Amino acid sequence: MNPVWRKRALLGLPLLAAGGAGLGFLAMLRGLSTGNYNPHGVPSALLGKAPPEFTLPALAGSPQPAFGSAELRGLGRPVLVNFFASWCVPCIIEHPQLMALQRAGVPVFGVAYKDKAADALAFLARRGNPFQALAADEPGRVAIDWGVYGVPESYLLDRQGIIRWRWAGPITEDTMSAELQPLLRRYSA
Amino acid sequence: MRRLLLLAALLLAGPALALDPAEQLRDPGQEERARAIGRELRCLVCQNQSIEDSDADLARDLRRIVREQVVAGRGDAEVMDFLYARYGDFVLLRPRLSAATVLLWATPVLALGAGLLLVLAMRRRAGVAAGPQPLSPEEQARLARLERAP
Repeated sequence: MNPVWRKRALLGLPLLAAGGAGLGFLAMLRGLSTGNYNPHGVPSALLGKAPPEFTLPALAGSPQPAFGSAELRGLGRPVLVNFFASWCVPCIIEHPQLMALQRAGVPVFGVAYKDKAADALAFLARRGNPFQALAADEPGRVAIDWGVYGVPESYLLDRQGIIRWRWAGPITEDTMSAELQPLLRRYSA
Repeated sequence: MRRLLLLAALLLAGPALALDPAEQLRDPGQEERARAIGRELRCLVCQNQSIEDSDADLARDLRRIVREQVVAGRGDAEVMDFLYARYGDFVLLRPRLSAATVLLWATPVLALGAGLLLVLAMRRRAGVAAGPQPLSPEEQARLARLERAP
């Protein structure tokens, strides 16, 4: 190579590397703000699989029926399984989106995680009950079988009952429009 | 003497674990095994601690599961597999080698390889720049002509 060109290329190399790193950083920041990139996120080990086998009791005093893995099979339509607790602040943030899903006719199955039945019922009485079925997991063992590591956490099951999406943290309006609604359209078809 | 005793007590004190005495297994051998397994498992909540070190509720639940399974006679690998099936690579402080983690494991080797290549390239260049090069046949012919010229 011509020595002058060689020198230019060598000078340009750090610039190129810095530019590349900058672009990468920008992509990371964008991901952080849209929620697509979460450095602390634990990817679900259950994607593409059926939920674990489980049975749970109903939430005492609630009119909604309990559910287990048997009730999640063969529903013929996508369903959202939501782990929540009355003591969980992000669950309050998320709650309006769950109500919107219920209004849109999407079945939402709730699991009250490590919650006292009375507290969970009071939470739902105050903010509305979006759940078609409602189970209580006070020991939090079934949640561990699902790979839950905090509340709120939601799992979208397709028509065949296979887990297609997991969201750790509150479902916000952005999550709805960017992630959940497109997925619901895809798996309803 | 008292000071010496105090110093000895301080020096001999083990690191504090998040473990509650009530959680511990009665059999010291089983407890030791449960701890060894727990030290390999990451707390999913406070992510740079093992479940043995973490105070999070989930870590306590996972410690309990590990102990239950140890008492039930499961092997170390079986206990790890149980949690791996639920939480994936993330739960292992030393992730398994898989398509998703191969880059993680290969990075040291790749970095070493890149460094070696760089050193080799620089040495080759230094070699080129250093000593005088022998003349090519054309250059020798030209030199001979010049020397012959009056």
